[in-house]
Amino acid sequence: MTQSVVVQVGQCGNQIGCCFWDLVLREHAAVNQKGIYDEAIGSFFRNVDTRVVGDSGNISRGKIGSLKARAVLIDMEEGVVNELLQGPLRDLFDGKQLITDKSGSGNNWAVGHKVFGSLYREQILEKLRKSAEHCDCLQSFFILHSMGGGTGSGLGTFLLKVLEDEFPEVFRFVTSVYPASEDDVITSPYNSILAMKELEEHADCVLPIDNQSLFDIISKIDLVVNSGKSGAVVKPESLVTSNDGALKRRHKKPFDAVNNIVANLLLNLTSSARFEGPLNMDLNEISMNLVPFPRLHFLVSSLTPLYTLADVNIPSRRLKPTLQFVSWNQDGWKTSLCSVPPVGHSHSLLALANNTCVKPTFIELRERFMRLYKKKAHLHHYVQVEGMEESCFAEALSSLSALIQDYHELDVTRNMPGHDVPRLSVAV
Amino acid sequence: MSIVTVQLGQCGNQIGFEVFDTLFTDSHSSQGLCSKRENEAYQASCQERFFREEESGVPVARAVLVDMEPKVINQTLSKAAQSGRWKYGQHSCFCQKQGSGNNWAYGYSVHGPRHEASIMNLTRKEVERCDSLRGFFIIMSMAGGTGSGLGAFITQNLQDQYSNSLRMNQVIWPYGTGEVIVQNYNSILTLSHLYRSSDALLVHENDAVHKICAKLMNIKHISFSDMNQVLAHQLGSVFQPTYAGEGSFRYRGNPLGDLMEHLVPHPEFKMLGVRNIPQMSENSLAYSTFTWAGLLKHLRQMLISNAKMEEGNRNFKNSNIPPRAKLHFPSCHRFIHSLWERKRYIDHICIVFIVEGFKDPALYTSWMEPAHAFSMWKTQRAFNKYEKSAALVSNSQFLVKPLDMIVGKAWNMFASKAYIHQYTKFGIEEEDFLDSFTLLEQVVASYSSL
Repeated sequence: MTQSVVVQVGQCGNQIGCCFWDLVLREHAAVNQKGIYDEAIGSFFRNVDTRVVGDSGNISRGKIGSLKARAVLIDMEEGVVNELLQGPLRDLFDGKQLITDKSGSGNNWAVGHKVFGSLYREQILEKLRKSAEHCDCLQSFFILHSMGGGTGSGLGTFLLKVLEDEFPEVFRFVTSVYPASEDDVITSPYNSILAMKELEEHADCVLPIDNQSLFDIISKIDLVVNSGKSGAVVKPESLVTSNDGALKRRHKKPFDAVNNIVANLLLNLTSSARFEGPLNMDLNEISMNLVPFPRLHFLVSSLTPLYTLADVNIPSRRLKPTLQFVSWNQDGWKTSLCSVPPVGHSHSLLALANNTCVKPTFIELRERFMRLYKKKAHLHHYVQVEGMEESCFAEALSSLSALIQDYHELDVTRNMPGHDVPRLSVAV
Repeated sequence: MSIVTVQLGQCGNQIGFEVFDTLFTDSHSSQGLCSKRENEAYQASCQERFFREEESGVPVARAVLVDMEPKVINQTLSKAAQSGRWKYGQHSCFCQKQGSGNNWAYGYSVHGPRHEASIMNLTRKEVERCDSLRGFFIIMSMAGGTGSGLGAFITQNLQDQYSNSLRMNQVIWPYGTGEVIVQNYNSILTLSHLYRSSDALLVHENDAVHKICAKLMNIKHISFSDMNQVLAHQLGSVFQPTYAGEGSFRYRGNPLGDLMEHLVPHPEFKMLGVRNIPQMSENSLAYSTFTWAGLLKHLRQMLISNAKMEEGNRNFKNSNIPPRAKLHFPSCHRFIHSLWERKRYIDHICIVFIVEGFKDPALYTSWMEPAHAFSMWKTQRAFNKYEKSAALVSNSQFLVKPLDMIVGKAWNMFASKAYIHQYTKFGIEEEDFLDSFTLLEQVVASYSSL
């Protein structure tokens, strides 16, 4: 069984991470009744004997002593991480897995990437190496961050380069939260585009999450729940829509519900690697099957049930006529079946698609960027950071445009029958 | 007299388990109408071929299990041990921590050389425990990474190290749509390599087995376990012991060799398929009776119409003389050879006519004499709860269309260079792809020209 390390960067990343760890624990608790540390748990947790000081406390088998998450938490201001450490999940994290600073990145990609990047590079490397050493067979890093802020986008993407250099064979899955158009951070387009360039070059797979869509989903769920329609198939007890009974908080925080969805996405993604099933899929297979060209590695995700139940048995055959595939990949399906359902549901379906529908999203992002860049608004905050120049902006912009162009070319072939290259003919 | 099985990858291991289970269950199930001595001889022969004795008395399968990730092998081992009736050798398995990621290149170029020594070691140990080795079964799928890539590598190694033994690859042909996106690439690479290093490829199509499960066995939610059982039944019916020759009552000592001798006369034509009747759910079995006449007529019909299962349509007129003249032979189907096994015969006269139907020269290609082209193996013992059953192994054009389709799709993808970077990362270059394409186009052309 392989292990994965989760790296959570910035406020958004850490909040999502918090939800994620909570859900993982609950899922494993539901499945693993006897409290034995097995390989499924081992993919995300270490088993430690807390009485032993230092690193030799790792127990590989037997009853669960104390579980430590395979995670590295990074934030340049202390608020979020501190809250985590005072909450019910505090025992899950080793004090040595944290990197924090006092001042924050000020929503500035350049500060996150250049300043804190160089400042904390050695520390980050050391923590990553430590986590990797604790793993038998490390398969992937999951990076959780947002694109609109300073730490998550700047330092988070700096991290990618470090991971690529240090652990070239380990997959880098990045879950990036893209800002909604009414984001509260004005410079979020700058931060996003600068981060995109790094994602294009150094990530293996990116799962873009659009804040706007998440909000829409949540409001739809609320609508259905509150209208109390008969026959509404929302399960109020399900892990997906609420975490009642999990972390008891007096007020529900505003982003809880959306973070839950993202956490569920990650859970479903890794379920086949953790639990058994008749048709397994490892994480490296995702990259192999869904990334036809090295730069087009943005996978759109959809998850059900969120509020409806779907029939999971070989769904591909039913969807086929309504989807438009590229001509050279008419049967572009990869299926995987896992025997262990998520908590509260009898079955669930996660669909990952490498879809040209990301093109309009990127185009919109570029437009927002151009509106600011044309006027050179807020540029001085970035340029005054050491190591940052205006050419970085130009490069990032051209990189994104090239990506959009690639997607566009594939999009255009959609309705044309593929111009078949004539096959080899042999003399018999 | 013994056959060593190498099970590769998730598919290979899951199927391998079902095969051994079926073989074992059959050899210990009701003997039908044959004598007790007969039954014992059958059991002994089956045992010798596929299992070996250990001190504990529980028979151990002559198998080597290989997979690059541990989940499936662990499952397989525990399922076998749980039944208590037979098991796998304790040290017969090889696995690693991380799979091949559906990447043929990774299986072939990275895992292959890295683990070559250990895997061949395991195989050698298994071979040493055989009194006389008659050949290898290699069970693998074409669509994945380990089964296909590592499978091709291992087959090549077996060819190098055991060049005197025969290698028959049980290849699982993926569904037409949607198991793995890069399945076409993996398939063409596998097939082209296997064509060079294997002696025969016994192909099982997922689509066909799925249809059998759905229509004949009436299974509502078909799982891979159901499909594997059908596959195992087909394989078992071919490879369980049968008499050595006409009128002989000794069991055949070298099934693989005899099979290959008859079925693979030319190295250009190596792809075999199996058809088996009857196949039905256990419930219907209790209410059905069979006659040989009926069974064999259906089998011949299946052969001619290139069906994988009984279609249930009756084209024959009811008469005792098989209406050879009245049948319509589709001209595109030509067979090199049909080899045919069955168990227990009662009505001799009727059979002869129908058997003659199989010897019709119109069925066979011009350079093959019908007398050589067809041979029949039989035994008196019942198989696996069916008191009469027949299986037909044939080397024919039945795979031309599927093969053509896979090559076409792979070529299309290759033309747009999609996914190629995943393969070149591990040393499989575009030239390797082109070589594979060339070889397979050749195979398609050869079969089509029959």
